[in-house]
Amino acid sequence: MWDYTDKVNDHFKNPRNVGKIENPDGTGEVGSLACGDALKLMFKLDDKGRIKEAKFQTFGCASAIASSSALTEMIIGKTLDEVEKITNKDIAEYLGGLPKQKVHCSVMGREALEAAIYNYRTGKKWDKELEGEVVCHCFGVTDKEIERVTRENNVQTLEALTNACKAGGGCGNCLPDLQKIIDRVHGEMGAAAVPEKKPLTNLQRIHLIEDVIDREIRPALRQDGGDLELIDVDGNTVKVRFRGACSGCVVSAITLKDVVEARLKDNVSEDIRVEEVK
Amino acid sequence: MRTVYLDNNATTKIADEVRDAMMPFLTDLWGNPSSMHTFGGQVKKYIEAAREQVAALIGAADPQEITFTSCGSESNNLAIRGGAEAMDKPPHIITSKVEHAAVSGPCHYLEDRGFRLTKIDVDQLGRLDLDALRREVKTSKTLTSIMWANNETGVIFPVGLIGEMVHEAGGIFHTDAVQAVGKIPMKVSSLPVDMLSLSGHKLHAPKGIGAIYIRRGTKVKPLVLGGHQERGRRAGTENVPYIVGLGVACALAGKHLTEENTRVKAMRDRLEQGILATCPGARVNGDPKHRLPNTTNISFDFIEGEAILLMLDDRGICTSTGSACASGSLEPSHVLRAMNVAGVSVHGSIRFSFSTYNTDEDVDAVLTELPKVVKRLRELSPFVN
Repeated sequence: MWDYTDKVNDHFKNPRNVGKIENPDGTGEVGSLACGDALKLMFKLDDKGRIKEAKFQTFGCASAIASSSALTEMIIGKTLDEVEKITNKDIAEYLGGLPKQKVHCSVMGREALEAAIYNYRTGKKWDKELEGEVVCHCFGVTDKEIERVTRENNVQTLEALTNACKAGGGCGNCLPDLQKIIDRVHGEMGAAAVPEKKPLTNLQRIHLIEDVIDREIRPALRQDGGDLELIDVDGNTVKVRFRGACSGCVVSAITLKDVVEARLKDNVSEDIRVEEVK
Repeated sequence: MRTVYLDNNATTKIADEVRDAMMPFLTDLWGNPSSMHTFGGQVKKYIEAAREQVAALIGAADPQEITFTSCGSESNNLAIRGGAEAMDKPPHIITSKVEHAAVSGPCHYLEDRGFRLTKIDVDQLGRLDLDALRREVKTSKTLTSIMWANNETGVIFPVGLIGEMVHEAGGIFHTDAVQAVGKIPMKVSSLPVDMLSLSGHKLHAPKGIGAIYIRRGTKVKPLVLGGHQERGRRAGTENVPYIVGLGVACALAGKHLTEENTRVKAMRDRLEQGILATCPGARVNGDPKHRLPNTTNISFDFIEGEAILLMLDDRGICTSTGSACASGSLEPSHVLRAMNVAGVSVHGSIRFSFSTYNTDEDVDAVLTELPKVVKRLRELSPFVN
């Protein structure tokens, strides 16, 4: 059973802006039946160049529907320059986080947005194959897309890449090529994000810990009215303080081990130990 | 909200009779059946009574052919790994493409260790390619493991025919009958089956108990080594309360067998026909002629299974789906893929599986709610409008 946030469930059960727009200014269609999810996004601009109306149709699971619905809410009232900056992480964060296997649903949203803007600007139908070379043939994912997803999500592992954009989730023949792209992107990104295999410097390690806490742990705690603050990193020991409903919660010790420590072990390194500072 | 439980191929309610029979062994009769003293030793006869009840349900000639395990997966592991290791020469492992992970897992384990593994295809109705099987079993001495009935579609394989082919070529035949036991009548003593796995929680016993039938004369190397329990086939102090529970569950299943194939089947058929009549673009997956009486697997074109499942869940209806999105993998059910289910519907399958505890009201509830769910998701789908 998925641990969907209340916001995901709400957008799934009561999706906003479902449907089509007559004579839209931009239309973006991504995904396919065979891939298991697909999204058609349409928007119309007002005379100031802001999106005044956005509608969607989605074939897919609960988080695909919720991501699409959230996206329409996020873009209405904004200019194209503003919405162009929306990443899949923004969509996931808007929903209070997505299970890691479902990150690709937010990527589909961002892609549809990109496709719709392309359609508005060129009048042509967006074809991602024009923008790069297909690397994962099972799911039709291009190198450009893989690079972008790796960069925007600080993807470190093949598994995380597959979760984010499906690449490598089928026959697995492309896995060596995917690894090369991940390595190359991290090379280009420099010190900020080094693949897991290479030892991290202390600074990189602290950045990564901060990133995981902000991206994965705090949204989950906030769901239950709690929060957490990073106090210090001392070698492998991460010191944190619980906030809100978490402080004084009878199960905070379990949260500390099963949520905070487990996520950090998964994402940073196995030898991380988390201590609570009261 | 009333819970409508139609996921009995996943697990079943513990029958009251089963729970009541277990209680004395969770309270007063807690002794070790291997003990010399009366207090412990008296428990042994209840284990043997349970063994007879299991043997009776599957029609084994001798209760000693039944070994208790912790679950269906353990039974499958014992049969495949223990069976292969006990053979004089490493056998050619043959299985199907639609097995449960509890069978394909140990088969791949052996493949990784140098055993030759062949997986037999199924056709669009989920029927086994018997010609391919016949060719493969002849190539060398095999350990063939083919399920009796499929957990996702309910399709029943002709185990008698399969066993004959395997035996003619000198191989050993195991069948994972976890979904079949208690749902269809069987008499293993007159079938060419060497080993058969079953699981307690699929037939109203609790989780954590299973059994394996090992025909007299079939060699199996134990996986759990230690004491002499279960005639040396499975060490470890017996899980007495659960063994007793499994025995009673098997006796109950025997009693309900006729009902399973009449009243339960009628509910399943009414649900299936009702869905096909009220939901356009719905189609049944699996051979309608050879199918468990309690199972139907239905695909809905252009909508996705997890979304259907969660919307039904919201209305108190429990089902399961072969959709990729629900499993965390990206590929839909290996069973539906092996059957080449069309792209428009492979991601939109829902399995409904009944038990004797279901009622006509359950069928009515689904027939009221499901068409609304399907209609709603079709409104959302870009492929419909």
